[in-house]
Amino acid sequence: MILSLVAKRLALGVLTLWLVSLLIFAITEILPGDVATAILGQAATPETVAAIRNQLGLNEPAWWRYLQWLTGAIQGDFGISLANQRPVAPQILGRLENTLFLASVAAVIAVPLAISLGLIAAIKQHSLLDRTISLTTLASISVPEFFIAYLLIFFLAVQAGWFPSMARFDADMGFLEQLGVIVLPALTLVLVVLAHMMRMTRATVLNVMAQPFVEMAELKGVPKWRIVVQHALPNALAPIINVVALNLAYLVVGVIVVEVVFVYPGLGQFMVDAVARRDIPTVQACGLIFAAVYVTLNMLADIGAILANPRLRHPR
Amino acid sequence: MRVSGHRLSIAALVGLAIIFVNVAAAVLAPWIAPYSPTSTVGSVWLPPGEEGFLLGTDQNGRDMLTRMLYGARTSIGIALTATILSFLLGSVLGFLAATVGGWLDQLLSRIVDTLMAIPVLILALLVLTALGSSIPVLIGVIAVLDSTRVFRLSRAVGMDIAVMEYVEAARLRGEGLWWIIRREILPNALPPLIAEFGLRFCFAFLLISSLSFLGLGVQPPFADWGGMVRDNAQALEFGLSAPLIPAAGIAVLTIGVNLVVDWMLGLQGRTMEDSR
Amino acid sequence: MSAATPSKSGPLLTMRGLHIEATGFDGHPIIIVDGIDLDLERGQVLGLIGESGAGKSTIALAAMGYTRGGARITGGDIVFDGRNVLEMPYHQRRKLRGDRISYVAQSAAASFNPAKTLMHQIIEAPVLHGVMSAEEASQRAVDLFHRLKVPDPDTFGRRYPHQVSGGQLQRAMTAMAMVCEPDVLILDEPTTALDVTTQIEVLAAVRDVMREFGTAGLYITHDLAVVAQISDRIMVLRDGRTVEVGETQQILEAPRETYTRDLVAARRFHVKAGEGGSETPQALLEARGIDAGYGSVKVLKGVDVAVHPRETVAVVGESGSGKSTLARVVTGLLPPTRGQVLFQGEALPPALGQRSREQLRRIQMIYQMPDVALNPRHRVYDTLARPLQFYHGLRGKELREEVNRLLDDIELGGDYAQRFPGELSGGQKQRVCIARALAARPDVVICDEPTSALDQLVAESILELLQRLQDERGLAYLFITHDLGLVKAIADRVVVMKSGEVVQQGPKAEVFSPPAHPYTELLLASVPEMRVDWLDDVLETRAGQELAER
Repeated sequence: MILSLVAKRLALGVLTLWLVSLLIFAITEILPGDVATAILGQAATPETVAAIRNQLGLNEPAWWRYLQWLTGAIQGDFGISLANQRPVAPQILGRLENTLFLASVAAVIAVPLAISLGLIAAIKQHSLLDRTISLTTLASISVPEFFIAYLLIFFLAVQAGWFPSMARFDADMGFLEQLGVIVLPALTLVLVVLAHMMRMTRATVLNVMAQPFVEMAELKGVPKWRIVVQHALPNALAPIINVVALNLAYLVVGVIVVEVVFVYPGLGQFMVDAVARRDIPTVQACGLIFAAVYVTLNMLADIGAILANPRLRHPR
Repeated sequence: MRVSGHRLSIAALVGLAIIFVNVAAAVLAPWIAPYSPTSTVGSVWLPPGEEGFLLGTDQNGRDMLTRMLYGARTSIGIALTATILSFLLGSVLGFLAATVGGWLDQLLSRIVDTLMAIPVLILALLVLTALGSSIPVLIGVIAVLDSTRVFRLSRAVGMDIAVMEYVEAARLRGEGLWWIIRREILPNALPPLIAEFGLRFCFAFLLISSLSFLGLGVQPPFADWGGMVRDNAQALEFGLSAPLIPAAGIAVLTIGVNLVVDWMLGLQGRTMEDSR
Repeated sequence: MSAATPSKSGPLLTMRGLHIEATGFDGHPIIIVDGIDLDLERGQVLGLIGESGAGKSTIALAAMGYTRGGARITGGDIVFDGRNVLEMPYHQRRKLRGDRISYVAQSAAASFNPAKTLMHQIIEAPVLHGVMSAEEASQRAVDLFHRLKVPDPDTFGRRYPHQVSGGQLQRAMTAMAMVCEPDVLILDEPTTALDVTTQIEVLAAVRDVMREFGTAGLYITHDLAVVAQISDRIMVLRDGRTVEVGETQQILEAPRETYTRDLVAARRFHVKAGEGGSETPQALLEARGIDAGYGSVKVLKGVDVAVHPRETVAVVGESGSGKSTLARVVTGLLPPTRGQVLFQGEALPPALGQRSREQLRRIQMIYQMPDVALNPRHRVYDTLARPLQFYHGLRGKELREEVNRLLDDIELGGDYAQRFPGELSGGQKQRVCIARALAARPDVVICDEPTSALDQLVAESILELLQRLQDERGLAYLFITHDLGLVKAIADRVVVMKSGEVVQQGPKAEVFSPPAHPYTELLLASVPEMRVDWLDDVLETRAGQELAER
């Protein structure tokens, strides 16, 4: 039974990915803005527009262009950039690696930290520590990423001079050197997701701790730490997996703004530049990749939750 | 101080004060601003307090305080309009899906699911690529994207209420669908929806600020807080705090709204984590 | 039996002047327990009885030095086996719990950790307290499973909580509580969530095990007849104070306090049935050959029920019998897949939406949970005025007068018109629901367990009100309930349902007089009676029948 549930969720994920690709294509191609006019800007005359339309294949029916785009994308071919007339895919690849590097570093620090802090806050509910955590995290989920980033730059880079304010990142640097360069962007991302993840973990654990079986354990004389480890955690596992995946998905988006702040050569910054230039093939490619990561993480969250659910693991 | 019979917490009071000051600034900007938002009145990047400029000057030597006041007008105006539109769209469709059910619910829910499968910022970037950036487009994009969340909540709240026996009693009496939504469901859905309005406003406000910060939102010559952060970012290199002023403005307003929302959710026995 | 050395004499557990308080929403203290004295002898069972809010569970849990969220013990002493529990440090109290004093909760399904096997949870306390090894504890658990008559006792412990039924889970929880052979077992409404026929088996199993091990008990319940079967003494509680304490027999047969007398009387249902309905040739409301279900699940199979003017037809059955589904079919909420609903001989459209306003008006409904049957945002006036406007077009002064008349009719009075449901008690809410049904001036009222969510005395007053309204207005009732005691009191005719089928129906006297259908017989025998030897009698009869069947 559990396998069929997982299979269903996988199938739904694939279906969602397909719908997402359809949506991305539809938004960028069918919405009234005309690409040809957009590219030419002031220089648009009826003749040049017609020429460009022909060159881009815009006179083909939309479904045909979608099919070509999708089959290309599946094979890793995202077409030609309108900005520099070079294939999109090779330009994206290195930047995607950079983005994943930054996001992974942030995740590796944020996830364990958030879960343990969230657990502590839940166990010590109503304590001074819990209240402090609640208020500071409320503040930090409220503020934009660039505010945190600039605060860090102002105090840690400009005033104290500890870290570089720009992430002059290069793929040829050594690993440690790379780490040194991305301290501030990574720290920004950690602060952004940490608050979310911690609050959600706390809420999840509190929810489980309010269940009658936790009271029952206490009435059996089970010590507090054992109640948390043996009774609360196994049941909080599924929701916590969900929390983690949701926040990793959130990280995917947060990374865009952070990359721009620190001029980090990642996919986010690349996409923002492409949007400004209205370079549609590049925007489509970046959008599809971001969305695919997001959809996949959400799917993994659900599958993780299914696998961690005792009621599903041990069917009747 | 009390609001509909509930004592305000200190945090909520602080939040309300922040909201009040910001809204007042936005409304009164043309009357209270000391200078014109577009004219150069001093040297570039004067620190706060110098030469009588309370918040200093910006990258073009314009008065920062004036820019902040006018910026509040733009940023809050766009976010508020978008949020109101998203509620009109999302709550009506959500309640319809909850009460009518069947294929209508299926269809709307699938559309919303697909829209929500893509991060909001990415979707916004896609639409802006296609349509270009202008204030109506920004309002429209944010309203539609935000309405998916409103739809989810309204539908869930509506479903919870629709199975209540007092709704069943109204159906058994022979009441029409519209009467049931208006008289039985809406009054009970209001408290969670009002709290959600605060959350969605923050979301819209942060999104428009982020887009402007990325250079894809409000275009010059309009003043807007996110754009001001971007324009003044370089001042940091010189050890000047100019971009931190609009950034702090954004942060303070959203924190204020969230303080009030947190208090409201507490009254309803919910937390912010429930409604994500 | 217990590892601890029993002290020489004196009661096992005493409480003196126990006070427990909680902090309300507005910051003011709420007194939950107000000066309770309690004595429990070794091997004895003390029944704690009272309505909701009486403080029963709070008192019992205090014996373990435990209070629920927000409550705290503000005064008094609790002495267990010669030691003051309240003066013990936390780790000593913890040692007590699950070893010397253990707890059986009302909802077994919620009280087991869904992520662990039953055995894992049962042997947790003995191993943790160092009373015995895991193997010993498992063996003892299996032994207890045998004694508690759990099916497949040797492998039962390997299952997960969601894999066994409610009645079995309740036994598993008893085994969990008994595995250390505690001195005191606290039973908190252990059978309330179970069906009547299961309740009796669990009750008997628990009692036998307690007797065998000589375990003392605090048995918490709102049902005097249930507690009478298991307790030696009974303590009647109300609003955190003791009303009366005495031997079980004395409480049942010679209660000293008025409140106790009312409680005893309520269970015996002194509601007098009216003169009964008129057997007209044409039924007022009739369901013919109804098949109905949800999706592919078939809930009702060929159900025939008829209600005549001025009579009360009781539909009785356990959970899952389809009795509430029948109400949904009659009202049109769930169109049947086969069969018809007729009103005065004419077929009603199957679906709600197709019925005329007049057809809807004549069949009204009263629900089980008055809390969710009234819109919390509507004042009582709005709730009652709407059907008057909607069906009868009343307005202005006429409308106001009619609302006041309705409020008088349900014994609330015009002052209540401006209140919100949140400002009413459960009984008052149910009265408003009744008034809302009356406002339509119906011919038939469907009552879906209208008293089962209410405290006993309140429930009785609601039944009296329904009875009076029937006499005055000539209403017919289709009364859905699981409570046979209630049926005996109020019904003119009875329909017994099981698994979606009508097992037996007819006039009350006929259905309930022998020889009844075996299932009716089983239901009848399962209704606890207000006498101490009822459980023994039932068990004896059943044993006799089983012997005879062999």
